[in-house]
Amino acid sequence: MNNTNEVKNSSNFNVTFYLLIVPVLIWLIFMIVIPHAEMLISSFLVEDDMGDMVFSFANYIEFFSQKIYWLTFVKTAAYSIGVTLLAFIIAFPIAFYLAKVTTKKNAAFLMLLLLIPLWVGELVTVYGWMVLLGDHGVINHLLMSIGIINEPVNMLYTNFSMVIGLLYMSMLFMVIPVMSTLQSMDDSLIEAACDLGASKWDIFIKIIIPYSMPGITSGAIIVFMLVIGDYLAPNLLGGKNSLWFTEQIYNNFLQTFNWNEGAAFGFLLLMLSSGIIWLALKLSGQKLEKVGS
Amino acid sequence: MGNILEIKNLSKHFDDFTAVNNVNFSVEEGGFFSILGSSGCGKTTLLRIIAGFQQESEGDVIIHGQSMKGIPPEKRPVNIVFQNLALFPMMNVRDNVAFGLKMQKLKKPVINSKINEMLERVGLHGYENKKVTDLSGGQRQRVAIARSLVMNPSILLLDEPLGALDRKLREHMKVELKLLQKEIGTTFVYITHDQSEALVMSDKVAVMHDGQFEQIDTPRNLYKNPKTSFVAGFVGDTNRFELQSTADDSMVTKGGWTLQRPGLNSAVEELYIRPEALIINPDNNLHDIDQFDVTIKTILFDGSNTKLSTVVSGSSEELLISMPQNAQFDGIEEGSQLKVGIHHNDLKCF
Repeated sequence: MNNTNEVKNSSNFNVTFYLLIVPVLIWLIFMIVIPHAEMLISSFLVEDDMGDMVFSFANYIEFFSQKIYWLTFVKTAAYSIGVTLLAFIIAFPIAFYLAKVTTKKNAAFLMLLLLIPLWVGELVTVYGWMVLLGDHGVINHLLMSIGIINEPVNMLYTNFSMVIGLLYMSMLFMVIPVMSTLQSMDDSLIEAACDLGASKWDIFIKIIIPYSMPGITSGAIIVFMLVIGDYLAPNLLGGKNSLWFTEQIYNNFLQTFNWNEGAAFGFLLLMLSSGIIWLALKLSGQKLEKVGS
Repeated sequence: MGNILEIKNLSKHFDDFTAVNNVNFSVEEGGFFSILGSSGCGKTTLLRIIAGFQQESEGDVIIHGQSMKGIPPEKRPVNIVFQNLALFPMMNVRDNVAFGLKMQKLKKPVINSKINEMLERVGLHGYENKKVTDLSGGQRQRVAIARSLVMNPSILLLDEPLGALDRKLREHMKVELKLLQKEIGTTFVYITHDQSEALVMSDKVAVMHDGQFEQIDTPRNLYKNPKTSFVAGFVGDTNRFELQSTADDSMVTKGGWTLQRPGLNSAVEELYIRPEALIINPDNNLHDIDQFDVTIKTILFDGSNTKLSTVVSGSSEELLISMPQNAQFDGIEEGSQLKVGIHHNDLKCF
């Protein structure tokens, strides 16, 4: 009797299990695996003289032979790392304040304020920054009316405005994971370190930062991925010299209609970002499993 | 030996209540001093003031004859073992114990020899590279104590460090902690709500209630001669009776039980009798004994802690009596009558 029940239960469990897993599998296969496979295949195809598609490394060779392509590539990577660092520097005090200094009620309200820009969408916030930073924008107007400057300072369409736009859209994704690890930290750890003679700086470097390392790492991965794959902020806020690698991919797909080269560039970006994250995890001694939890 | 710690007229007021109310005491060098009180009595606040994590409203903390006013926690010659231990989870055992020494910027060989000596002492030799999250409760306990003791503090403050352990381990750690303290000779100030911890380990115990010290005494005196009714009720098991009327050498409880007590102060209102002070079938040759009959309601069997729940004949008062588990009392059964005696000195009246 007991035995048959168990069998019945386990078959029930199987049905539920498959019901739950099927949508996920459909999503993974049709939205991620198949498109990527398609992209990978097309990145190795070029049109020959007869107009037929043939296998070739030409798309990848094109990337390495053209200086503009891999310079953009390196620049995108370097700026993304820089923005991630800046995001950490700005986000950490905010996260610390929200998690440890202010009251729970205040923290919830401030969190709401931080979330609002996310609700209006990236495009709107980017246009917002354009209004603020433009030659006849709010900031220049203010500085001139006070009399600090006589002529407008050129801020929009520079690397500066691009970095601001990238920071603004990604910073929250650093605040949240760092805040949640800090919230789980017992205040008595800080008191214990203090009791053992640690200065404020020692407590910060040796206790608080190491403790929040999993949160910092997962925040850094999200910010880095968002920034390196962003298109709007570099395109709308960046100047002539701030070409982003996503813009190269976009141009291939929608301006020169060279989808095969675009696919190859897309894969190069994927490998670049994965490679940098792998390296960063190795260097910081963090593990992806731990960061995820 | 002199006093290493003196607390003078110490008070701590919060917005609308007083956590510590004009407390005075001193601790001898090398002593084991416990502060015993129920939760919320202000004992943790008192400890945190001594450690420097909270500011006193009035009064002074004096260590080695020197006032600690304005001295931050990291500069005080005291270390604290926290209630939840507060071990650094991202470090292994060695780094946890080494943390304070590294902050003092000591040389590596010095640090290593100190750590080895300390880990040896607390029985954690060979665990240096284990993560603290992989240790058992008792081992974590010892890491926390080692981390504080390696700093060689004048006073070690312990904030209910055994609270999180299971009963058996707690009993074991109690003995271990007392032996450790005897061996190293550091002054311990220990706060707890567990009277057994306080009584077993301490040289002196202070009973704290509502921010004030009720009595500071040796464990034995605290138990034998409580000075206030709170101490009598709080420390150890006891039978409590409210008194209806008192005369010069006798008293009557609210339940109508009359007891003889020569030299009684007639202003008393409460009577406390410990279960183990009651003598079952007392010898007639004993002096100063009040004898009476009781009826046994139930036997509350609890091994060495077994008690008889009884009713005093001729009254409605219930009385708990300790019953030793030996052959003499094997015949006692529920519902039977029993002759019981109590020495006059064991009738504690307040």
